[in-house]
Amino acid sequence: MSIVRALKCRECGSEYEIAPVHVCEFCFGPLEVVYDYDALGEGFTRELIESRPQNMWRYKELLPIEGEPTVGAEVGFTPLVRAKNLEKVLGVKELYIKNDAVCYPTLSFKDRVVSVALSKAVEFGFTTVACASTGNLAGSVAANATAAGLKSYVFIPHDLEVGKVVGAGVYDTSIVAIEGQYDDVNRLCSEIAGKYPWAFVNVNVRPFYAEGSKSYAYEIMEQLGWKAPKHVVVPMASGSLCTKVDKAIKEFVKLGLVEDAGTAIYGAQATGCSPIARSVKEGTDLIHPVKADTIAKSLAIGNPADGYYANRVMKESGGWSEDVSDQEIVDAIKLLAQTEGIFAETAGGVTLGVAKKLIEQGRIPRDESIVICVTGNGLKTLEAVQDQINPVRTIKPSLKAFDPLAEADLAANK
Amino acid sequence: MTIQVRIPTPLRRLTDGADEVSIEAENVGALIDNLEAAHAGMKDRLCDDKGDIRRFVNVYVNDEDVRFLKGKSTILKEGDEVSIVPAIAGGAL
Repeated sequence: MSIVRALKCRECGSEYEIAPVHVCEFCFGPLEVVYDYDALGEGFTRELIESRPQNMWRYKELLPIEGEPTVGAEVGFTPLVRAKNLEKVLGVKELYIKNDAVCYPTLSFKDRVVSVALSKAVEFGFTTVACASTGNLAGSVAANATAAGLKSYVFIPHDLEVGKVVGAGVYDTSIVAIEGQYDDVNRLCSEIAGKYPWAFVNVNVRPFYAEGSKSYAYEIMEQLGWKAPKHVVVPMASGSLCTKVDKAIKEFVKLGLVEDAGTAIYGAQATGCSPIARSVKEGTDLIHPVKADTIAKSLAIGNPADGYYANRVMKESGGWSEDVSDQEIVDAIKLLAQTEGIFAETAGGVTLGVAKKLIEQGRIPRDESIVICVTGNGLKTLEAVQDQINPVRTIKPSLKAFDPLAEADLAANK
Repeated sequence: MTIQVRIPTPLRRLTDGADEVSIEAENVGALIDNLEAAHAGMKDRLCDDKGDIRRFVNVYVNDEDVRFLKGKSTILKEGDEVSIVPAIAGGAL
């Protein structure tokens, strides 16, 4: 049963019927899906959710599609890992990693939003789908579109990591690289979406797409034993995930599925592209667009459309925002890999790096539950760490060649 | 001088469906005023009560965001292309 009521402008409150539109005709504000929660009645319980298959659609009543999903039916329910080793290093009591580095099928959190966007696109009758992407989204759109029998176009900045280009191209999508930064890609796609009859997941079907993010936070709460965490650290590019984590928690509280824990939400950015973090630290709600320059390319949005709302979520929830340098990002990627055995992409390095900083600053207390959001896989951004791993020692295939190496390691207490 | 202005889908109701219009203007501020004169209702959509370009509206001159230029004072010259684009959230997070 769908309880979707309408699309509503976040700025002026104008409401629209469900359609592939994303911008208010009156004030240009972004449109958001709103629900009639009362229509859910008493039936939407923990038991009902637990009785369903372990994927993001176990919360389908709170996602904006009609009936069953037609794309990405297996997506979601990634591990929430209790990070015991990392707890010791950071000196905190209760730390979790929500690990979407292993999200099915394309190893990033984007599969969640894409399965909603493409299911909705099919409902609307589109046969071609497209996206502007910093990489993860391109791979996810390409893979899920192919599996659903849809044609796809993906638009990316020209300087993306090889893993992300190949990780989209292999699905036989049309890849178009734009000479410019992500913000240029975004602008062009907005114009293309006005001209071609395609479902652009992050343009004309964006209100539906963005709702898919909520499943990430629903899972965190269910996996914590139906509890909201006290602190969540979220990576920010456009700021969308930050707002949707907040929305998801509020929905679960409203529906009585969890108790209000007063969750504080913290946003993480790379220093080389930190317009939202800067606005929070400077105590303003004005977001000044920047030209991005960071290895965390999946977060390199200089003109973040949801920045204003993310800023507000952080302020109102009692959270904060920080940013980290490229070196801190690499250090954090290695720290996560070498404590928990989780290889995150650069965005994950940003999130852990910022979490570490906020803990050291005393902004996140050491004795309360903390969730760190890892949203993508390190195998797609090998360039970031390939020069920083232990040296590979090549030997002949003989025990004689190996023995001295083992002895040397033993002597060095390795 | 004459400037080509690309109109986004939500504003095409004001331009009888045209996705591009020609407007005479010396700078971006004047362009918005002249757009309003030719297609009533434009200015309210593009600017807030104080006359500043709305938070969710991006105006580009030859592919550069006017926020990186001189905002509404950005000078226009013959042959410049102006594009009005609603802000959209990203392909990232």
